[in-house]
Amino acid sequence: MTDLHLPWLELSILFCLIGAVWVSRVKVPHVARNRALLCSGLALIATTGAWLDFDFLDAKQADDSLHLLSHLAGRELLIMDELSAPLLPLAALLYFLVILATLHTKIRRFSFAWNLVSEAIILAMYSCKEPWGIIGMLAVGTIPPFLELRERGKPTHVYIIHMTLFVLLLIVGWTFAEIEGTDRIHTLWVVIPLLGAILIRSGIAPFHCWMTDLFEHASFGTALLFVTPIAGAYAAVRLVMPIAPDWMLRSIGLASLFTAVYASGMALIQIEARRLFCYLFLSHSALVLVGLEIVTPMALTGALCLWLSVGMALGGFGLTLRALEARRGRLSLTHFHGLYEHAPELAICFILTGLASVGFPGTVGFIGTELLVDGAVEAYPYIGVAVVIAGALNGVALVKTYFILFTGTQYASAVSLQIRTRERFAVLLLAALILAGGIYPQPGVESRHRAVEELLHERESRAPVPTTIETPHHHH
Amino acid sequence: MPSAEQLVTALGWCIVICPIVLLCVLGLSSLLSRRLPEEVINALLKTTMIVGLTSSILMLALMLPMSNPHVTIEGGKWVHIPEYEFHFKLIYDRLSIPFIILSFVLCGTIFAFASRYMHREPGYNRFFVLNAVFLLGMTVTSLAGTVETLFAGWELVGLSSALLVAFFHERPAPVRNGLRVWCVYRVSDAALLIAALTLHHFGHTDFEKVLGSESWPYGSTEVSDHEALVVGLLMLLAAAGKSALIPFSGWLPRAMEGPTPSSAVFYGALSVHLGAFLLLRISPILEKSPLLCALIVTLGLSTAVYATIAGRVQTDIKSAICFASLTQVALIVAEIGFGLRYIPLFHILGNGCLRTLQFVRAPTLLQDRRLLENAIGDRLPKSSSFWRSLLPHTLQIWLYRFAIERGYLDAMIDDYIVAPFVAVFRFCDRMERRWTDYLSGGKSRESDEADGTPGSLEEFL
Repeated sequence: MTDLHLPWLELSILFCLIGAVWVSRVKVPHVARNRALLCSGLALIATTGAWLDFDFLDAKQADDSLHLLSHLAGRELLIMDELSAPLLPLAALLYFLVILATLHTKIRRFSFAWNLVSEAIILAMYSCKEPWGIIGMLAVGTIPPFLELRERGKPTHVYIIHMTLFVLLLIVGWTFAEIEGTDRIHTLWVVIPLLGAILIRSGIAPFHCWMTDLFEHASFGTALLFVTPIAGAYAAVRLVMPIAPDWMLRSIGLASLFTAVYASGMALIQIEARRLFCYLFLSHSALVLVGLEIVTPMALTGALCLWLSVGMALGGFGLTLRALEARRGRLSLTHFHGLYEHAPELAICFILTGLASVGFPGTVGFIGTELLVDGAVEAYPYIGVAVVIAGALNGVALVKTYFILFTGTQYASAVSLQIRTRERFAVLLLAALILAGGIYPQPGVESRHRAVEELLHERESRAPVPTTIETPHHHH
Repeated sequence: MPSAEQLVTALGWCIVICPIVLLCVLGLSSLLSRRLPEEVINALLKTTMIVGLTSSILMLALMLPMSNPHVTIEGGKWVHIPEYEFHFKLIYDRLSIPFIILSFVLCGTIFAFASRYMHREPGYNRFFVLNAVFLLGMTVTSLAGTVETLFAGWELVGLSSALLVAFFHERPAPVRNGLRVWCVYRVSDAALLIAALTLHHFGHTDFEKVLGSESWPYGSTEVSDHEALVVGLLMLLAAAGKSALIPFSGWLPRAMEGPTPSSAVFYGALSVHLGAFLLLRISPILEKSPLLCALIVTLGLSTAVYATIAGRVQTDIKSAICFASLTQVALIVAEIGFGLRYIPLFHILGNGCLRTLQFVRAPTLLQDRRLLENAIGDRLPKSSSFWRSLLPHTLQIWLYRFAIERGYLDAMIDDYIVAPFVAVFRFCDRMERRWTDYLSGGKSRESDEADGTPGSLEEFL
């Protein structure tokens, strides 16, 4: 296997873990934020370095140089391939921007140390192709939000029930998969638990309520960072796609298609901004899953493009909402707020990120959405149109929210609500990425297409062509 | 000395680059919070409009002697993977060139008018950014050589339109009406996208392949009758949304909340004609299906009757003009349904210019009227319609109510589409609440207490 020029992956995880310890030792919030920012920034540099290095190597997959972790574990644990290469810097960027744009209002209740731990977990997960490694990271990743909820005295039942079930199903499913081996069509003992786990973690209806509950009770930053990397999709690609029979993928695809429309309809009737964001996100992540489960090159490429654009666009959209919350408290959508005159840059960022998420021309989401819609209609000629309907409804919800938050009245404030320098940097960086990806999409699409070829090759080589579905009865 | 072909290509690119430059400069200055002085904006507007218009006219002049005036400029493959290609291609022909010249003439006129009309408005820069988005959208839509390119321009026009209706955003009414316009446009966009997908599904995306490489309107299509009907119906739905045909006509008077210059160029002249333009562009497909043509004629004529009735009772001048414009747009659509091609094109050009003039003249016309009435010391005499005397009184009252309520179109959409939609999803929301309350063992929604009041401003300071 090709080696990267530096141990980028190990470094990025190490920066986060060291940062978490370093940050947890200080009590002064400003100092904690600055330390967290430094460590997260270093992780961002390391992951970006890894991506560029990987691109330069032109390899199918690569691992860290020096092999520090390999010596300890006895095998290669951290590997970068076409799928994970841009996902790592994307996740690191989201964490960096959330920490960067955390204002004084939020600085005391946002746990920088635990978020650095979460970042380390998500980076480790994206760098890992070992099934048990991914399962371990997915399981451990559920802990930091739980600890925050408990520390803040918020209800945790909904979250615990769903996440426990998710982890159990994942473990049960993969245990049976290992027992059965990879050279045969898997039984329902494997398929059903894995299907359930993916549906729960991806927030597919009716298993999505933990996500709305998390947005209700956790800090916005924590909830945002827990969901926007779309870890459920990663689990689906790494664990399910190579071994799943076609009917299982089709089931996930149809459930996701339903969720995409359902969540977009729900977004339209929400009366509070966080819930609206949650449903918009659910709709988009379901669209990503629709593309992933269609398993045609075009739909898969669309889904992988959309994965990146949704992460970037809805990450930015969430950051803008969080910035508004820092100024006005929880945002009701039952009356106009008129904040445009106070923060026009936030208004521009809000509309730009929102439009990018719904695949507006000239933004990073356009080509991904086009590919996905084409692929969906090709696979399901009639119900594939639901993707278009979901997109249309999301577009309406987005502009409706823009109007409610930024226009409709003149808001008189005793203090300046102007955008701060850190926020301005975050806004401009996101805008630049969204527009650059929209104007020159070819490198991104090409890289995602290469990742698709790898995934399809892996699926073809690992799974025998299923002709019939084997049931547990047959097995016994 | 450049060859004629090179010159045509250079001019073709120039037409597209002008609005892009305008948008980049104005948009970036907004994004970076570096507001440009009004004089700089005006100079930029003048330069880009003059260059764009001159290029379009020169293009026309070069194409007039051609036996087959159909020039294609390849922008290359914007995105290409083995299974998918996004081809950026522009077509200059008998349809797109008049439309692009009309766009530059009217936008240039309106920009000149607006530079004074909007003088010292707080949203001066925003107004022109949105207009630049519109001009780019119009240019791309008019010249599009593929369905995807047309869709991209179509969306840009829709967004700029909705945001300009809500331009005076410190009041709730323009914002609500802007949202209404956006909702209708999303339906229209979705229909166009599905039409594009259907064409993909049938194996065509390039207009030259779908509509033939002969210059408009002599193209012919290879799509089957059934395919033509399906694609045509979807395109008709898209056109109905964009051109405010029945049942979407309710958004047009609402759009008058925007500044008068943008109302003129959007709803008097260009945007409202885009639906008709789309039908003209796909005219070879229409010719394949007599049923589709019959539907277009019916939709056009019924909208024309509706608009002329509704227009007669409007109490403000902008609404009256927009209904007059809609009447003509609907007639243009009917003409297209009847199989005419050049007449609707000239009708669009004429109606666009006339309505723009009427819109920009409207504020001073009211002033002139007031001066006249003051001079004669009485109201100006009103002439009674001949047709009115023929109608029975009860029918007159019924028609009046029908007209003043704008055909109850908005009410019908609200009652039969929006209300059931909202009811279903509110029910789902209640069920979700019950479920999370049950799992939590108590109240699960903190968001109920959201009131939008600042929690800790001291900390923020």
